[in-house]
Amino acid sequence: MTAGTPPQAVLRTVHLTKAFGGLVAIKDVDFEVLEGSITSLIGPNGAGKTTLFNVVAGLSEPTEGHVEFLGERVVARPERGWLEPVLWLLPPVAAWALAYVASGAGATAALEILILVGLGLLITTLITAIIRPAWYGRLLDKLGIFKSARPNDMVQAGIGRTFQNIRLFANMTAGENVLVGMHGHLKASPLDAVLRTRKQTREESASRAEALRLLRYVGLAGRDNELARNLPYGDQRRLEIARALATRPKLLLLDEPTAGMNPSETATMMQLFSRIRTELNMPILLIEHDMRVVMGISDRITVLDHGEKISEGSPAEVRADSRVIEAYLGKGAV
Amino acid sequence: MSALRQLRNSLFAGLKPVSGPTGNYLHAHQSLSVVFGMALTATLLPFIILLPPFSGFATQPDWVQGFASAGIFVLLALGLNVVVGLAGLLDLGYAAFFAIGAYSYAYGASPFSGVHLPFWPLLLVGALVAAVFGLLLGAPTLRLRGDYLAIVTLGFGEIVPVVFRNANTYTNGINGIGGMYRPALPVYGTFLGLDPVPYYITVVALVTVAMILLYRIQDSRLGRAWMAIREDELAAASMGINTVTTKLLAFAIGASTAGLAGVFYASKVTIISPDSFLFAVSFTILAMVVLGGMGNVWGVAAGAFVVYEIQSEFLKQLNGFVATLGLPAVNIGFLTIDISKVDFLQYQFLLYGLALVGMMLLRPEGLFPSRRRQAELHDADDADAANQELVEA
Repeated sequence: MTAGTPPQAVLRTVHLTKAFGGLVAIKDVDFEVLEGSITSLIGPNGAGKTTLFNVVAGLSEPTEGHVEFLGERVVARPERGWLEPVLWLLPPVAAWALAYVASGAGATAALEILILVGLGLLITTLITAIIRPAWYGRLLDKLGIFKSARPNDMVQAGIGRTFQNIRLFANMTAGENVLVGMHGHLKASPLDAVLRTRKQTREESASRAEALRLLRYVGLAGRDNELARNLPYGDQRRLEIARALATRPKLLLLDEPTAGMNPSETATMMQLFSRIRTELNMPILLIEHDMRVVMGISDRITVLDHGEKISEGSPAEVRADSRVIEAYLGKGAV
Repeated sequence: MSALRQLRNSLFAGLKPVSGPTGNYLHAHQSLSVVFGMALTATLLPFIILLPPFSGFATQPDWVQGFASAGIFVLLALGLNVVVGLAGLLDLGYAAFFAIGAYSYAYGASPFSGVHLPFWPLLLVGALVAAVFGLLLGAPTLRLRGDYLAIVTLGFGEIVPVVFRNANTYTNGINGIGGMYRPALPVYGTFLGLDPVPYYITVVALVTVAMILLYRIQDSRLGRAWMAIREDELAAASMGINTVTTKLLAFAIGASTAGLAGVFYASKVTIISPDSFLFAVSFTILAMVVLGGMGNVWGVAAGAFVVYEIQSEFLKQLNGFVATLGLPAVNIGFLTIDISKVDFLQYQFLLYGLALVGMMLLRPEGLFPSRRRQAELHDADDADAANQELVEA
């Protein structure tokens, strides 16, 4: 938020529409999250906040419009995902079909060769598909029939998130939860792990130190060895944030992070959010019902009602907007 | 109870997670302690059975022969533990990969195929072939969870023996493939069927290596990803884990261990038929994993060993023992119960069932649970009790 250059948009939705059958959950929404800012998404129950969130996080695909992240268009959800296994099996099945035809002609040698070719193709495609190198992805893109952006691809792109109803790995320790968050940028292969290569051990000890640092950052110092399920509610929320930070996001999505907290817990959470913004310079997109939180820390607020954006601006502007008051309190209140 | 736990803790003290500056939640299972533990167990076992209750059951060579066979099931249980215990994917057709490993050896070293390749590289080949089939089974089932996955794997487990039975030209059908060549070592020469010692040593080595590898994978990024998927698949995906490849790898690694076991099995019994790999085998392995303590490598290995010994030795002994008691036959109307004539071997699945039900009621975490699972199940009890108190208050 320097004075010189105007802040860039980290995330932008363009004419975003999501319909579930006849129910239009979000209708033609344009909004953006600027770098280094906290943007809140508010609205009455059923306004489409979580739907918007899920589209951004790659859990569901938009019916129309698209999401731009760091200037690039993001494809949510694999299109025709069932095609992938079919693609893997297609070459060997073709070879086998040929083998079947050849066997009709009584050419046993050709048959055997084709069967071997089929097996070879099968193994090759399976292995490439599993390792999934960049060029395999590009090939699929070029074919144009399959685009993959599962939630994990969105995380790799740089969107970290927490969940409205806490979804920690309950039977793993706090430290392990954070380590799982780092999964995407650990590079050691299973082979490295088996051989305990220097690369792997170094990476592991570095990531453990990093996990402890993150836990300390969110205020869970010394709790790393406790099972996530045994942590008190507020700490579980903190752990979720630490886990999301561990993915090294460029944008943090927080879905009702202070739900069910008492005022003092909420206050410390708000401090944490401002620290994440100022110290890590990380933009945050926040869904929240608690107006004290929203008005207290947001730089910008977007208000949704019945899937449509009805207001946008600074907290003061939104608070004064008659359409917002109408949405929350009804027509007579204006 | 607590005394028992203490004893167990002291027994397994060498396997305790290493406490470092970064906390002890990260189990750095030490490979040396695995080697040491396995070596100790393997040297002591052939002498323990010379002691009175066991020495009466069978001769030492017979026992060692049994141990070598038990090692096969230990390997299988270790592999299934990856799929079921770590990744949480219920696999009811695991014996299929065992069969694929065994038939790989049959094609590589038997008069049936006319090929005679050495045993040691075939171990790797069998593991690889089984891994490929693990991927093949995994690929279409990725979208399935829980019961649905179990049903598909059950189907796969049925299909594989049926294929081996009916593809007469390629597998010799129901008669199976016999006369497999036995393993050989450069200096030692070919293993003899009557001498169980080389097989015993081989299987101990295989189990040790498998344990070390599985421990290392479990402690790595991949192992954590498996556990994360078991806990919450959506959250795991939202943390950047590619659930597709991670689950496929679980299938592949689990299957490769079974393939390894299959190759060893085929080389040991030298005749295999489709009937050796029916659902009962899959079920037995699953029972071993559950009874041993899902998710814990040592626990699963011990569970497999104990269950195998019970089914192969103690039930047989029980027959003889009950016969010597000379209990009178009981008449209940038209029904005559003569316990001394009961063949307990035929009741092994009834006993599995009873054991599983008993375990679920008394010790759901298994005989030798991992710390995690123990905490999980017992904390749940505490939480239930607390809720109950709240309700009553």
